[in-house]
Amino acid sequence: MSQRTVTIASSVGLHARPAALFVEAAQGTGLDVEIARAGEDPVDATSILGVMALGAKHGEEVVLTADGEGADAALETLVALLSRDLDAEEG
Amino acid sequence: MSGDTRHGVGVSPGTAVGPVVQVAPPVRPPADEPAPADAGAATDLVLEALASVAADLDDRAAAASEHARPILKATAMIARDKGLAKAAGKHVGAGLGPAHAIAAAVDEYAAQFEALGGYFAERVTDLRDVGNRAVAAVLGVPAPGVPVLTGPSVIVAEDLAPAETAALDRALVVAIVTEAGGRTSHTAILAAQMGIPAAVQVHGACAIPAGTTVAVDGDAGAVTLDPDLELLEAQRVRRERRAAALASVSGPGATRDGHAIALLANIGGVDDAVAAGAQDLEGVGLFRTEFVYLSAPTMPTVEEQAEVYRGVLAPFGSRRVVVRTLDAGADKPLAFADLGEEENPALGRRGLRLCQARPELIDSQLEALAIAARDTGADVRVMAPMVATVEEARWFASRVRAAGLPKAGVMIEVPAAALRSRHVLAEVDFGSLGTNDLAQYTMATDRMAGELSDLLDPWQPAVLDVVAAACAGGAWAGKPVGVCGESGGDPLLALVLAGLGVASLSMAPSKVPAVRYALSLHTHDECRALAELARGAATAAEAHEAVRAAAREELAAIL
Repeated sequence: MSQRTVTIASSVGLHARPAALFVEAAQGTGLDVEIARAGEDPVDATSILGVMALGAKHGEEVVLTADGEGADAALETLVALLSRDLDAEEG
Repeated sequence: MSGDTRHGVGVSPGTAVGPVVQVAPPVRPPADEPAPADAGAATDLVLEALASVAADLDDRAAAASEHARPILKATAMIARDKGLAKAAGKHVGAGLGPAHAIAAAVDEYAAQFEALGGYFAERVTDLRDVGNRAVAAVLGVPAPGVPVLTGPSVIVAEDLAPAETAALDRALVVAIVTEAGGRTSHTAILAAQMGIPAAVQVHGACAIPAGTTVAVDGDAGAVTLDPDLELLEAQRVRRERRAAALASVSGPGATRDGHAIALLANIGGVDDAVAAGAQDLEGVGLFRTEFVYLSAPTMPTVEEQAEVYRGVLAPFGSRRVVVRTLDAGADKPLAFADLGEEENPALGRRGLRLCQARPELIDSQLEALAIAARDTGADVRVMAPMVATVEEARWFASRVRAAGLPKAGVMIEVPAAALRSRHVLAEVDFGSLGTNDLAQYTMATDRMAGELSDLLDPWQPAVLDVVAAACAGGAWAGKPVGVCGESGGDPLLALVLAGLGVASLSMAPSKVPAVRYALSLHTHDECRALAELARGAATAAEAHEAVRAAAREELAAIL
């Protein structure tokens, strides 16, 4: 099992458009990806409601985990995504 | 022969004919929904309902404007969510019917979002929308909300949420009819802003079968089912006569004897500014700035605000733009300036009161306005909402001057400020009567309470007395007083207001031509006489009737 810790860069937290972009990317990996706030139970990273209900705010750390082939590469992509201020980007 | 005619209140001028499209109300799961006999089949029903909602939202997203598309796509994502489907499935397993299972799953997530507060809590609306649609799909009834329009349509609803009204396709919606609502409800204001004929409080409107052809008269508030050629012809003749009369005058507003009454627009954003800037009017009498803040999760920066204000000011060149500073609180809470629940929000910390509690809000807004004014060279005048006392007016004026803006004013919407306007206006450069709130506070009647709308009739003599007091104080202090409520857009009432001494009238741009025409037919002395008639009447109905009867016939012919 692979695991990464990353700090949420989006200024509004992991919410609305940033959450939607993250969930789409997680779905795109085709793997079982989970996301958790430090010390809390993980939720399914491919569920928009689960990710939003996590309530991860700007500057908070989250832990991503994934299993299976390509898990490391997939997590790198997701870490890179969360490290950007998704809300500041147009599109 | 024409079918029956239903009468309501006309709130946005003009006439239109088209087929009725009913906006279905939200659906609740039936109280007697049985426990599922076959949990597997019931779960399938839940999944099918959610999938059909997602597909429908995708279709709407594909057809939507660039602005609405991401919102609809994100909502479709919620409908397709595994977690939601799983939660609903669990409730089916525990013995709930499919409709209740969906509602229960939505309630769980909604509670989590609400607990998170702020920006997260706002998404509850989208989640509930998905839930309502899925419940409707399970029950096989029409999806709630405005359906996808395929041609020109008359939208009929119990009432429309502001978001629903704002999202209407102007190209296809020819008229709006509601059973509830009132003259100053958001639906009425937005419809007039969008130039769509509208009638509210039309009893039995929701029972008109979808597809029925109706003729809507947004002046008289009449809705005629299956209109015959004779009625359509009469409406056409009236429309043409009205258009010809309104086209006969142009330019700055004035009475027949040349007393100037500036005609201004009420606007709420950049799109409104661009549309109004292209019209024959003298500027803006009310720019509502809330839109800059309401959807923002955090306070926008000064430069972000200045950018929006430049876009609003530019279309008006050297014409005046009166900006109302942030009017939040009450029915317009801000995610980043929430002072907590209030028992009586309309009487609580709203408008300037909120800004006094959080002065950084108003200081950054004034700084941004000063930058935008300098960059565009516009004639910017700022005014504060919900001012009741001399101290408040003084506090606001000092902050405006500190920001380097040339003119400070106050909204007169609290009776206290109207009665004491001589002293309140001495602190500032001008006053502007917000007649909607002024009526609400004078008559102790909630603006949103449609069933009490008789009390909010703008012809209520008590409200006219309060307006008269405000104007008299303005004359004493040598400060101009304008009107920026819905009253100013009613041609007959505009004459009365001119007679009471107002210097400007601000309204939805679509209402300007009729008001200009009305003023051009009457001298200022005649306006004063009409004001005397209105204030001398015992009731609102008598005041309205007396002025209608005394105004010039040419005006009556187009009303």
